[in-house]
Amino acid sequence: MLGYSLRRIIYTAPVLLGVSVVCFALVHISPGDPLISILPADASVELQERLRVLYGFDRSLPEQFILWLGRALQGDLGTSIATGRPVTTEVMRAVSNTLMLASVATVIGFVLGCFFGFVAGYFSNSPLDKAASAAAVFGVSVPHYWLGMVLVIIFSAQLGWLPAAGAGPGGSSQWRFDMEHLRYMILPAITMSVIPMGIIARTVRALVAEILAQEFVIGLRARGLSEFGVFMHVVKNAAPTALAVMGVQLGYLLGGSILIETVFSWPGTGMLLNSAIFQRDLPLLQGTILVLAMFFVVLNLLVDILQSALDPRIKR
Amino acid sequence: MADATLNVPIVPAVRSAGYWQNVGARLVRDKTAMAAAAVLILLTLAAIFAPLIAPMDPLEGRLINRLRPIGTEGHLLGTDELGRDMLSRLIWGGRLSLLMGVTPVVLAFIFGSAIGIIAGYAGGWTNTLIMRTVDVFYAFPSVLLAVALSGALGAGLGNALLSLTVVFIPPIARVAESVTTRLRSSDFIEAARASGAGAFTIVRVHVLGNVLGPIFVYATSLIAVSMILASGLSFLGLGVRPPNPEWGLMLNTLRTAIYVQPWVAALPGAMIFMVSISFNLLSDGLRSAMEVRQ
Repeated sequence: MLGYSLRRIIYTAPVLLGVSVVCFALVHISPGDPLISILPADASVELQERLRVLYGFDRSLPEQFILWLGRALQGDLGTSIATGRPVTTEVMRAVSNTLMLASVATVIGFVLGCFFGFVAGYFSNSPLDKAASAAAVFGVSVPHYWLGMVLVIIFSAQLGWLPAAGAGPGGSSQWRFDMEHLRYMILPAITMSVIPMGIIARTVRALVAEILAQEFVIGLRARGLSEFGVFMHVVKNAAPTALAVMGVQLGYLLGGSILIETVFSWPGTGMLLNSAIFQRDLPLLQGTILVLAMFFVVLNLLVDILQSALDPRIKR
Repeated sequence: MADATLNVPIVPAVRSAGYWQNVGARLVRDKTAMAAAAVLILLTLAAIFAPLIAPMDPLEGRLINRLRPIGTEGHLLGTDELGRDMLSRLIWGGRLSLLMGVTPVVLAFIFGSAIGIIAGYAGGWTNTLIMRTVDVFYAFPSVLLAVALSGALGAGLGNALLSLTVVFIPPIARVAESVTTRLRSSDFIEAARASGAGAFTIVRVHVLGNVLGPIFVYATSLIAVSMILASGLSFLGLGVRPPNPEWGLMLNTLRTAIYVQPWVAALPGAMIFMVSISFNLLSDGLRSAMEVRQ
């Protein structure tokens, strides 16, 4: 367990380095001079040169990368061109909103996904299985940004029950735990939960069907164990994989929240990315993506280690 | 090693035609998969023959006619925010949307398979180098990587296609690598090597025929994701540019109309949903017909 964790951590280091190279490269694959968005149109040649030196763009690429990485490791991701505030401040404020939304969505998705998955797996090939599997296919096929729009049409535009956009009353940009803010979260969280719901339902269905077909289940039934007792055995066997899938899904939602946040104007990392792209605010784009990718890699690492702790059969 | 190769049963390098006939027969009996295939064929044909079947010009509209409801005379599915005929735009939109959804997976299938097969067959340091590089791209959530690349490269159809191809190469390369690595140590490959066949010949004759099937099934399961992502990029303003009809972009420009003509505004998304669920059902059917287990 300890050895595996250690190996897994050591293996993650080069991946993290690679991820930072990709993030660094983003500024350099983008067309045009990286200075273009901060320079006034009539900037003199001297001013251009001074800024170039100031931002370090006059150095070689490897030099720039090492300087950039060194600053990033100390928590300095540069300054947003659009707002003039440090990128780290902007990203951290947005991350908490996205984390809140993605966590709630993952929990909803996990509960519904497990329910549909267990029903489908237990009553394999029955009408119940068909219905539960249809819900799973719906979850993995529906364009979630469209589902968000449809929910807004029904529950905001037509019925007027729930707010259509924002994180709280009066354009609140910080999510808080109270009834008013909770109402704002319902639609985006349900929309977001559909993807993990579909994936978890499919995984759990396959797991349950596989476990039920194993000989120890026949053994348990032959010994006269109640159906509930058998069910508990199935849960115990399916839990590590289902939980692992849930953890990975949380990472996908964190990183992939841009579409849903755009639909609901949710003030998280997705909105931040959106504005960074359209204002050509490259430091902000780079910093946000770096933080989200790091989150994803570390989360996957934790999931792997936790899974091997939960399931002693895994000896990799 | 030499002993082992003497009495191995010779596995045919290319599966006989009977295998694919079986897969085809099983797939045809799968009603859900066939319905999905029918939907996809219909939509593709509609997109190809858009100039012949679309009742109106998809780019021309009269502002006086804007945002008419579904069922308006002369505009079966209503009109959009610039008074353009929705039915015509949805038919034409299939061209760009299907192209943007399918092309990245096809390209990624070609490049990802090549990368994965080379890594899997070469083994050793080559494998480590290639697969660790692939892992770096795999370490990004797919939506994030697509948005990051096309955001940095700038909006446009070509950049969106390029970004999506880069997103889908790593998962396909991983599958290709694992299938090839498993196959590499099988007895008939050893036999071919022992009988003096070169690496290129072995890959061409023995490896390709056995690994492309599973990779293909996996790739088809990615088309639905690709459709959603591609239209998502256009929805964000990173893909196709106006006034071209594309479902994701149409959904974006109609967002402001959800209080006026909500169901007209929701139509383009319903098209994306229909295509993506059809691809998923067809891919599921193909997988069970080929009995490929993931």
